Amino acid sequence: MSPAAGIPAGYYLLLAAALFSIGLVGVLVRRNLIVIFMCVELMLNAVNLTLVAFSRINGNLDGQVLSFFVMVVAAAEVTVGLALIVNLFRLRASIDADDADRLRL
Amino acid sequence: MNGLILATEAGAAPFEHISTATGGSAIALAWLVPVVPFITAGLLLLFGKRLGRLSSAVAITSIGFSATMAVLIFVELMGHHAGDRTFVVPVATWLDIVGFTVDWSMLVDPLSSIMMLLVTIVGLLIHVYSLGYMDHDPRYERFFAYLNLFAASMLVLVLGSSFLVLFVGWELVGLSSYLLIGFWFEKKAYAAAAKKAFVTNRIGDVGFMVAMFIIFATFGSLEFTEVLPMVATATSGTLVAIGLLLFIGATGKSAQIPLYVWLPDAMAGPTPVSALIHAATMVTAGVYLVARTSLLYTQIPDVGLLVAWIGGITAFVAGAIACAQVDLKKILAYSTVSQLGYMFIGVGVGDNVAAVFHLLTHGFFKALLFLAAGSVMHAMADQTDIRRMGGLWSKMPITGTTSFIGVLAIAGFPFMSGFYSKEEILAASAETPGAEGIWILGLVVAAMTAFYMTRWFMLIFTGDKRWDEGVHPHESPLSMTLPLGLLAIASIGGGVINLDPKTGWLHGWLEETVILFEIRETWIPVAAHLPAALTAAALGVIVAFFMYRAASMSTIGTGGGLVAVARSKFYVDEFYEFFTVRVGGALANGFARTDRGGIDGIVNGAAGLTRSFAGVARRTQTGYVRSYALGILAGTLFLGVLVAAAFLGGDI
Repeated sequence: MSPAAGIPAGYYLLLAAALFSIGLVGVLVRRNLIVIFMCVELMLNAVNLTLVAFSRINGNLDGQVLSFFVMVVAAAEVTVGLALIVNLFRLRASIDADDADRLRL
Repeated sequence: MNGLILATEAGAAPFEHISTATGGSAIALAWLVPVVPFITAGLLLLFGKRLGRLSSAVAITSIGFSATMAVLIFVELMGHHAGDRTFVVPVATWLDIVGFTVDWSMLVDPLSSIMMLLVTIVGLLIHVYSLGYMDHDPRYERFFAYLNLFAASMLVLVLGSSFLVLFVGWELVGLSSYLLIGFWFEKKAYAAAAKKAFVTNRIGDVGFMVAMFIIFATFGSLEFTEVLPMVATATSGTLVAIGLLLFIGATGKSAQIPLYVWLPDAMAGPTPVSALIHAATMVTAGVYLVARTSLLYTQIPDVGLLVAWIGGITAFVAGAIACAQVDLKKILAYSTVSQLGYMFIGVGVGDNVAAVFHLLTHGFFKALLFLAAGSVMHAMADQTDIRRMGGLWSKMPITGTTSFIGVLAIAGFPFMSGFYSKEEILAASAETPGAEGIWILGLVVAAMTAFYMTRWFMLIFTGDKRWDEGVHPHESPLSMTLPLGLLAIASIGGGVINLDPKTGWLHGWLEETVILFEIRETWIPVAAHLPAALTAAALGVIVAFFMYRAASMSTIGTGGGLVAVARSKFYVDEFYEFFTVRVGGALANGFARTDRGGIDGIVNGAAGLTRSFAGVARRTQTGYVRSYALGILAGTLFLGVLVAAAFLGGDI
């Protein structure tokens, strides 16, 4: 048994909900694209934590498998997202989300 | 008009027997008559500048060729037996739609051959005359190109074997007249006159076109040789419609009430053009059309009588205006309108031969008078006010003498050409029941004609000199006096072709083309016609002679009352302007306002409504990513609450 075996599942879920909320508030209130981006990652990982927690509670590996998928998708999303931010910075000399309000140059 | 027969067939019926021309004969080559001047017109327009002075030689050669061909065709027709003189010469296929074919083909028959002679020979003389008249014009070569085009168009009109080919010529004549009337387009008034002629003609053309539609719908063909013999099969309502609409077309081209207003303004063109329009081409087209379709008009005598009445009234009104004018060409122009009225009396009462006869003699003496007027203008430095002339006979003996002959011919002096033709028309109207008023009107017009032509002649050629200092009248060159002389001979002797209305040569010649007039009871004794007509003419001459014997600026300069009204052309132009420009303009403005306010208002209103709604809706689209993210959050929460509620409620 791992050291964490004694911690009740509700604590994992509370932590995950806290992390998700932090990420959500960050996305809503911040204007720096990189920070928004990190907050999105935070929300994804909060979901991962939930999945893994339920996996432990239910005693099967479904949640863990799904969390791997989320990680893979998140990795791909990071490359695309960062590339977008870099290009936006080249065009606008800014990574403020409010500056990117036009669908043209 | 119940039970009355206005005209009955005598002798061979028109288009009863149609022959085909043998190859190589002049008739088989009839298509060359219009085509050659067409080609030279095109060549002169393209290369005229390079040809320079030579262009007139080209133009005269080509119209001379057409005239020669016309004479050859005429001689060949004479060689055929009577009743065997109608030829259809196919040239090329124009339209070939299933069940409907229109060919470019020529109808060579006694009527078209004689029209062809008039157009080409008078046209040739006018071409020659233009050598002298247009000598100093900078657009010399273009003038000759247009003259050729004009003659060629008229020849297509005359020779066309179907309504459609005739219509092509009809429109081309309108185009050429536009080009020639506005030949000196630098002057705004002249360009306006050209437009007026074109637009007025177009109004008539609409009538012609609708008539063609009805003809095609009724008879399934547009060929004269097929449609005209069939007219008796159609209902009288259809025939009346066709007859009236064709006549509307004729009033446009032949300058009858209500569409005559363009002709006096057509004086804006160079004088040879006026002569061509008034004598040989254009205005004769309407008379030709009615004579050509005489088989149709025979079926509808009431419409014929209407045609005759309109002709009579036109003759009277134009004659009255001519009596008061002071411009030497305007007098002649109104005189033409008036004489055309005579011709329509002729075709209207059914005596097509008399009408064509008057058309021919009028072609001679009116061409003569116009060319003489041009000669006078040439000598007087383009002065056209007859009050500023006088005493020119001694300065211009040839022009003066030939004009004198022309005046005698048009006034109906015994044994001149105009005497016979006018007398025949008057006699025909006297023999037609219902046309008694027209006969009286014709007599009054005969007196008027004699009056205004005598006035015209005396003010120009006799009496004191009233011209300005520095004008040195001189006789015109040979190229101008030669046509005058030849036309004068024709004006004197032109009557020989139909000395007697019932047995004359022209009567027999046209027998197989147009319906002939039959002697009917007359309402006044035959013996009284001639003295009445002669008295009327003599009266006009005598009155004019005593009025203008001692003419001076003071006696003719002013005209009060009726004269002033007539000199202002009875304000017809002003009336038309009021109706077309003011009333028509107000109507158009009203429609435009309805369109802008009403129709556009609905469309624009729909657009505005959409826009104002969008103006409210667009406020939700801020462009800030986080506000969209908040929206997503709110939506997700809402769904979450729904799912939780369902879960707790036990639905899931």
